[in-house]
Amino acid sequence: MTMAAGEAGGRLVRLAETDRAPLHFFLDGTERQALAGDTVLSAVLSVAPALRRSEFGPEARAGFCLMGACQDCWIWQEDGPRLRACSTPLAEGMRLLSDAPREWP
Amino acid sequence: MAVTEEAKPRIVVVGAGPAGIRAAEALVGGGLVPIVIDEGERAGGQIYRRPPQGFMRPPEALYGSEAAKAIALHRTFDSLAAAGRLVHHSRSSVIAIADGRLQVIGDAGARWISYDKLILATGAMDRVMPVPGWESAGVYGLGAMQIALKAQGAALGRRIVLAGSGPLLTLLAVQLLKAGGQVAAILDTASMRQQLRGFSGLAARPLFALRGLMMRRSLGRLYHAGVRLDRIEADGRGPAAVLWRDEAGRSQRTPCDAVGLGWHLRAETRLADLAGCDFAYDETWRQWLPQADAMGRAGGGVYLAGDGLRIVGADGAEVAGRLAAVACLQDLGLPAPDIASERRRLARLNRFARGVAEAFPWPAEAAAGLPDQTVVCRCEGVTAGELRKTVEFGGGEVNRVKSLGRAGMGRCQGRYCELAAAEIVADSAGHACAAAAGRMRGQAPVRPAPISALIQDAATGG
Repeated sequence: MTMAAGEAGGRLVRLAETDRAPLHFFLDGTERQALAGDTVLSAVLSVAPALRRSEFGPEARAGFCLMGACQDCWIWQEDGPRLRACSTPLAEGMRLLSDAPREWP
Repeated sequence: MAVTEEAKPRIVVVGAGPAGIRAAEALVGGGLVPIVIDEGERAGGQIYRRPPQGFMRPPEALYGSEAAKAIALHRTFDSLAAAGRLVHHSRSSVIAIADGRLQVIGDAGARWISYDKLILATGAMDRVMPVPGWESAGVYGLGAMQIALKAQGAALGRRIVLAGSGPLLTLLAVQLLKAGGQVAAILDTASMRQQLRGFSGLAARPLFALRGLMMRRSLGRLYHAGVRLDRIEADGRGPAAVLWRDEAGRSQRTPCDAVGLGWHLRAETRLADLAGCDFAYDETWRQWLPQADAMGRAGGGVYLAGDGLRIVGADGAEVAGRLAAVACLQDLGLPAPDIASERRRLARLNRFARGVAEAFPWPAEAAAGLPDQTVVCRCEGVTAGELRKTVEFGGGEVNRVKSLGRAGMGRCQGRYCELAAAEIVADSAGHACAAAAGRMRGQAPVRPAPISALIQDAATGG
């Protein structure tokens, strides 16, 4: 399956701008591929259906406004602060988590 | 009056969309060096948002019939910034306003920037009505779906249902289809009769209205007017179908894996609130809106322009931004250009905007009819039933309901629930109108701020 069609398991479908250099990142410890210029949100949703679990309900969350207003898309990193996925450009080697790190209370 | 470099008043513009860019340009024309603070990486705002560097689609593919306007705005801003005629703080958010100073957070942390005059061009966001099931992953604002397409070249699903009302509903459907996306249905809660009601206002821009009609026609049988949304059926992955009633009341079910929701737009008014602007309830927009004169003067050295004041659209925002800057120059006693024709143009665009609002109304009655288990506040999962119970023991005022029931207390600070919550509170309390439920007060910080940035800021004396 090509990237253009979207990876199996991903929510996001790439319709254009697919001729970009690849970037690698880690989601829950597994290495994944995205494209240079992706936001963290685009990168994660191109390989997974959601960004994180909701703290207040059973459902997963995958962002809502994509313009920094709703705060739905905060995602954990293995070491360090959470990121607002819709407004953060993906960087090579980022290590992201779909759930809070274990030592978080 | 001659102004020396040192004595030049400091004008801060918040927002670099069409209103903010034209405001900054007019201030530069008046001999000033404005500071422009914007959350985006590159100026343009949401409507003229630019993809990251290295993306290849030409402006015509991104902005369609509005490409020339987008190019002109981007060029204007970039050339002023490159020439040092303005100071651009990109990827920066104003989170608080106090004593003539703005607290700004960006990649480098938090700091305070003082101003003599403040122009707020904070724009708009999706106006959303909860639909049972809308909390599931894969339900987005219509604006979000447009941003994904424009800025990332992507669709947020393989089979998308678009629901709500307003110009963006039709526009986004056309843009997604043209880009090769799959749209399963376009569900408009406004009936044809309601849409005709706004017609006298729409006639203020006949070509614009005609273009909308042509786009609508191109959607053919995918488009349904006068629908009622029952719920979004979801499985573990996200939406599986939208259940809705057609205009004749028949139940329909459209399978999908993503839903875009939006009922036109709402003004982003949090900073206007913190800046001390007066607010009044507007029956047409069914929202509390900041008050300003025809030039955008809101008092106390604060000026408002564009969709953050009233939803006037991108063309209106350009004019309003320029008028606010000219008002600012006038108030400073600086030479300002003649703007009589622009004032007339803005008045016409305002008439059109009101027509759009009437043609594609917010379905207030749907809020009152939401089942108790419907999530209203997405941030913290507060349901319609919990809101109604809170009204029973706490009374029908939105700030009390916020304190006691937490709707509006979450990370988005009520931006996406407060309009629906106000309708539910008003209905449960027996108020005749949502205005009687009061106005939810804004609180700093208006965006989540890392505590480390605030501590550092406090330690260095701000």
